[in-house]
Amino acid sequence: MDLIANHISHRFGDLAVLDDVSFTVGAGEVVAIVGPSGCGKSTLLSILGGLLQPTSGAPELRGAPPADSLNPLTFVFQDFALLPWATVEENVEFPLLHTPLSAAQRRALAEDALSRTGLTDFRATYPKQLSGGMRQRVGISRALAVKPAILLMDEPLSALDSQTRELLMEDFVRLLADGGMGAVYVTHNLEEAARLADRIVVLSRRPGRIREVVTVPMTRAARGEAAAREKLLALQNQIWSLIRNEAIDAEREVQHA
Amino acid sequence: MLDRAATEAAAKSEATRRVRFRGAGFVPASSRYGGWIALALVIAVWQAAGSAGLVNALFLPTPAAIVRAIYQLAVSGALWQHLSASLLRIGVGWLLGTGAGVVVGFAIGLSRLARSVGITFISALFPIPKIALLPLLILWLGIGEEPKIATIALGVFFSTAISVYSGVDAVPRNLIRMAQSFNVPFATIVRKVIWPGALPAILAGFRITASVALLLVVSAEMIGAQYGIGAFVLQAGNLMQTDQLLAGVVILSVFGLVVGKVIGWLETRLLHWR
Repeated sequence: MDLIANHISHRFGDLAVLDDVSFTVGAGEVVAIVGPSGCGKSTLLSILGGLLQPTSGAPELRGAPPADSLNPLTFVFQDFALLPWATVEENVEFPLLHTPLSAAQRRALAEDALSRTGLTDFRATYPKQLSGGMRQRVGISRALAVKPAILLMDEPLSALDSQTRELLMEDFVRLLADGGMGAVYVTHNLEEAARLADRIVVLSRRPGRIREVVTVPMTRAARGEAAAREKLLALQNQIWSLIRNEAIDAEREVQHA
Repeated sequence: MLDRAATEAAAKSEATRRVRFRGAGFVPASSRYGGWIALALVIAVWQAAGSAGLVNALFLPTPAAIVRAIYQLAVSGALWQHLSASLLRIGVGWLLGTGAGVVVGFAIGLSRLARSVGITFISALFPIPKIALLPLLILWLGIGEEPKIATIALGVFFSTAISVYSGVDAVPRNLIRMAQSFNVPFATIVRKVIWPGALPAILAGFRITASVALLLVVSAEMIGAQYGIGAFVLQAGNLMQTDQLLAGVVILSVFGLVVGKVIGWLETRLLHWR
């Protein structure tokens, strides 16, 4: 199943946030969206996931989702969005409650998702008892439980410390390794984008337009090798040179707002 | 290099002093028994002053006299007669007001139309002292229990509706968006996200409405009732039976404490995740 951004523009009142953004996320493909602060990255993701109505244009799907997918487009949120009154297991089962699955099937799916993120021993724990990294793992488990075709990840690591970020990045690489699941990955962090994405969509400052789409010229598996580091660094520098001046302008704009 | 070594050596030879701790205070923690000890002390001083004849018993009877009055009320059966009348009014009035308040509060919290209409009416009617409506309610509903119960229900309704829609408004929007992103139906979002999210505010509202109900039942009973703690207190006051009057006040205070404890227990049970 492909996800298509079809000439998407959006305004919040008088403020133009996105301007004619079009690209396609192919089945199993990982596309990162980067750009200066306030360029509309998260707004674009909300539109793609059907949580926000664009002013013009539309998000579209092409092809059928996998037969076992319970929620083809599934978000992983920056702030985890966990129900604080529910245990880890209840949080992971939450999106399954309204499905026609039996309690045993729901539990089995939740169990599988928890085991894939190493949370099996924490199933009876409440979110407040977990670290930020563990909370995001719960968010990822919840997303995996519905067997998504495409993960929509809105800066999923930005609220975490650098060590936890590194560990979760390894988890993402592992989860996306077999190409069965695609992702749109919104981030400020060019290193994350370069390590995870097949293609990187670079947005201009507000109103966000596509400045360039950069293809990462190696497989994700190859990116862990020492020889790849220089190439990835060069790629990050290339993208940074595209957005640096606009990032400075955007930062000043935010400070003066 | 030599200069630096000399400076370091001079610094080492100076006496050290501790950095003064400046982080104390602003963390008030109540001791477990402090309140009870203070209460016992006040009662002891009160009793001693009364026993020594320093206070006229007509104006302020001793704690022992109040306890005796309560005992006599209990033995004679009058305590239960008055208490049951008040409890019935509070119970029915509170349940009616709370039920309506929860429904209207949720409607205001979830529906644009209900919000536009509801908030206008609540803003206009909430400030009216509900006891002022009792004569009108007697006119409408007769002189039985109904007007007293309706007064309590009205008083409870507005506070409950406000606390419920404030609670619904305070549910983090990211949780609702998360649920929507999984195509969770509206009813499930209300049941599994909004209700538990609003529950802290709703329970806090219950604390307030319990006090409101107590205040209104006493006022209503003072205006027009034969039985009830309010009627009993008024009657005792008219007869200058201050020990009986204070016995009624103590019973009201105990009732308030019990309700507070019940709500505290509910909070512990239902909000253990906080």
